[in-house]
Amino acid sequence: MISKVRPHLSQNESLLFERSSPGKIAYQLPDLDVLPVDPIAILGVENVRSEIPGFPEVSEVEAIRHFTRLSTWNYAIDHGMYPLGSCTMKYNPRINELVARIEGLAWAHPYQPEALAQGSMEVMARLEAALAEISGMDAVTLQPAAGAHGELTGILLIRALLEKRGNPRKKILIPDSAHGTNPATAAIAGYAVENIASSATGMLDVSALARLVDRDVAALMVTNPNTLGVFEENIMQAAEILHAKGAMLYMDGANMNALVGIARPGDFGVDVLHLNLHKTFSTPHGGGGPGAGPVAVKKAFEPFLPVPRLKRSGKKWAYDYRRKHSIGRVRAFYGNFGVLVRALAYILAHGGPGLRNATVDAVLNAVYIRKQLEPYYDLPYASPNMHEVVFSDDRQAKAGVRTGDLAKRLIDYGFHPYTVSFPMIVHGALMIEPTETEGKLELDQFIAAMISIAKEVEADPQLVKNAPYGTRTSRVDEVTAARKPVLRWRPS
Amino acid sequence: MLEACGMASAEELFSHLPEAVRLKRPLDLPAGISEYEIVDYFRRRAAENANGYASFLGAGVYHHFRPVLVDAVVSRGEFLTSYTPYQAEISQGTLTAIFEFQTMICQLTGMDVANASMYDGSTAVPEAVSMAVRSTGRKRVLVARSVHPEYREVLRTYARHQGMPVEEFGYLPEAGTIDLEELDRKIDDLTAAVIVQSPNFFGIVDRVKAAAEIAHRRGALLIVVFTEAVSLGLLEPPADADIVAGELQSFAISPSYGGPFAGIIATREKFIRQMPGRLVGQTTDSRGNRAFCLTLSTREQHIRREKATSNICTNQALIALMATVFMTVYGKQGLRELAQQNLAKAHYLAAKLKPRFSGRFFNEFVVQTASPDAINKSLLKKKIIGGLPLARFYPEFSDCMLLCATEMSKRADMDVVAEVLA
Repeated sequence: MISKVRPHLSQNESLLFERSSPGKIAYQLPDLDVLPVDPIAILGVENVRSEIPGFPEVSEVEAIRHFTRLSTWNYAIDHGMYPLGSCTMKYNPRINELVARIEGLAWAHPYQPEALAQGSMEVMARLEAALAEISGMDAVTLQPAAGAHGELTGILLIRALLEKRGNPRKKILIPDSAHGTNPATAAIAGYAVENIASSATGMLDVSALARLVDRDVAALMVTNPNTLGVFEENIMQAAEILHAKGAMLYMDGANMNALVGIARPGDFGVDVLHLNLHKTFSTPHGGGGPGAGPVAVKKAFEPFLPVPRLKRSGKKWAYDYRRKHSIGRVRAFYGNFGVLVRALAYILAHGGPGLRNATVDAVLNAVYIRKQLEPYYDLPYASPNMHEVVFSDDRQAKAGVRTGDLAKRLIDYGFHPYTVSFPMIVHGALMIEPTETEGKLELDQFIAAMISIAKEVEADPQLVKNAPYGTRTSRVDEVTAARKPVLRWRPS
Repeated sequence: MLEACGMASAEELFSHLPEAVRLKRPLDLPAGISEYEIVDYFRRRAAENANGYASFLGAGVYHHFRPVLVDAVVSRGEFLTSYTPYQAEISQGTLTAIFEFQTMICQLTGMDVANASMYDGSTAVPEAVSMAVRSTGRKRVLVARSVHPEYREVLRTYARHQGMPVEEFGYLPEAGTIDLEELDRKIDDLTAAVIVQSPNFFGIVDRVKAAAEIAHRRGALLIVVFTEAVSLGLLEPPADADIVAGELQSFAISPSYGGPFAGIIATREKFIRQMPGRLVGQTTDSRGNRAFCLTLSTREQHIRREKATSNICTNQALIALMATVFMTVYGKQGLRELAQQNLAKAHYLAAKLKPRFSGRFFNEFVVQTASPDAINKSLLKKKIIGGLPLARFYPEFSDCMLLCATEMSKRADMDVVAEVLA
């Protein structure tokens, strides 16, 4: 039974270009307080464009209605549970939005004199220190713009250190359960990728690791807890194996929401780690970004961090650009500062004990879901899970219903789907991460929906295969989209 | 809930963790604070920054007014708190807006296709270079010294480990435009890409067409970079480029001490499959209605892993939405008028000074003065942040600063700058 939602009218809306009419405007500009100039005289006739063909012409009311109507076609955390595994879709506190817009911060220019940017620099220094404490690492760079960008920074740091020691080496080892960004990153950093198959318990196969690590291996990239939500219990042993051969342990911090206040990567042998502030630290995903991907490192890597570095100079903060071992810049300026402000606000709001409580609640929610859904869905790995749980569609597939179908049916019940078909080591994966945001009421509704869908599969598989029914857009033809790409509007 | 899980205490949730990995003490962070205290903390930090100053800084980050509609739209939880639109049926809002964004970027740049955004302009450049390297099968890169210095630094970081030698070519000392002869001399049959910026770092409208001719004659691609998107309201689009890599900060994205911004990559039809990042395409749903979805994902890391065109995953969607609302509000007429106001203001200020270069410029220009630092010091006393001293990036210009005027520059402040500099 569907209890969380019922249909309501949804406004149609055409594309901006289709609703434009000549001469309509939505902008206001002050009168010029200087003499107007002739663009052609100043720029030269060859440099001045004619009008921009097709550019929008709408009124202010049309503009706000356009985007408001579009917005109502989205599902969002503000609507309800968003159980995308690995994405950590937790509540985005609005206080974070407010403080990021305080004028002295939001309008600070990256090149304004350091003496007039002390507040921004203090914010960054405080965040660096907090992230170092949370991760158990020695130094942090805030420059990377997102997780994958942090990965690249981290692998370049490893390369730089190994190069300094005489040999940058050739390979990065990556478990088959890893996010796709990991191998893509290794390739960009100039490394070959070697996959390691997971063990029967879904964990890193330490004996395979011991066989594979040699003088050509630069690092192992590991996500912990891994993408099954399982803590890699042999992580310290893995670190020893790597370190004994002069290789490094890189940790993808995508799943740090399971560890904050409980265990610190720096304490279990990790050399380099990136964090996703848009996951663990509550900054909004915004439909796909912006994020921030700070990188935390052990002391040995500190000389190689991107320039500039914050340093204390008397009672002031200053930038240090002269660092001869630095890997260089990975981004202009200092990073996604506005995202950093939001993450620090989250850390300040929670404090040490609050951050730990959030972790406990996130893990409890996932364990609770597992217990409730285990009788209905196949659980391919029995190892204890942390902040997320991964089922497979094994039972439902017998009726011809796949994880993607189950996900689409979940939409009709008023929920965003879980992560579909990932990790790849689970055939037909359903990867569920509730986060600490959800209370028992929302969790129980989700569980009831999942159980109901499992029963629907038995009674009427076709019902599930054709879902969703309640959305304004029914199942989307992604095959045609890829086969005949239409990537922009053109006048008909 | 613990009981339902068969546990007596929350600690049992973590009992499977090896003893040695567990943190045995509380995190060394203060206890949580209330909303009021958080606002107070950040207000105090903001007070330690510049407040109430007029600013003439540009150099890749510009002060433009942000139409009120922008925050009204991006503050809606439906946009703010949604994920990447993989589930098309319940993400049509974000998908439609991105499709409009891609279209408007094409209209502005004269390209056939644009992606859903990159981190920023600086990281868009190495991504464009990777496209060129894959498309040409060559590795060498020639970049103009008049491309933003920090963008060039980022390019060097990326290129170093991918075996892409990056070499620079200069500018004409009088005009400030690229040195076409030097480019012609340095380009060879191993060159994958030539990179120029227009308006360039000195604010000057550069010779894109001539650079394209030289690049194409030797089978290299031309990458055109822009940092001041407002200029596209007035300037001829870089239609001779093969790839455009730009920064949209000027489109209602607050300077925010350097980020988050939004980069773009736009290109010609034939390079679509070499593009990095997300793309939204048009299709239909099972009832035959128009619908949008993420597409051509076989280029991307979550499918192709180490063979992907890039490792980018999260981009800058909400910031791209800011730019989309900005472009909608200003529209065809407004963007042109906004660009004209920028041109008028900068040329009002420049008329009172002596620009260092003779090249045509948009809203930024270089001036020569005995001591940029001394000038800026006197301006600060008058609550004005002056131009960017160029010494840090161009030792040959240790006596120069880069000034920027926008529609937000007031005549009275410009008069003060002119007076102090005169």
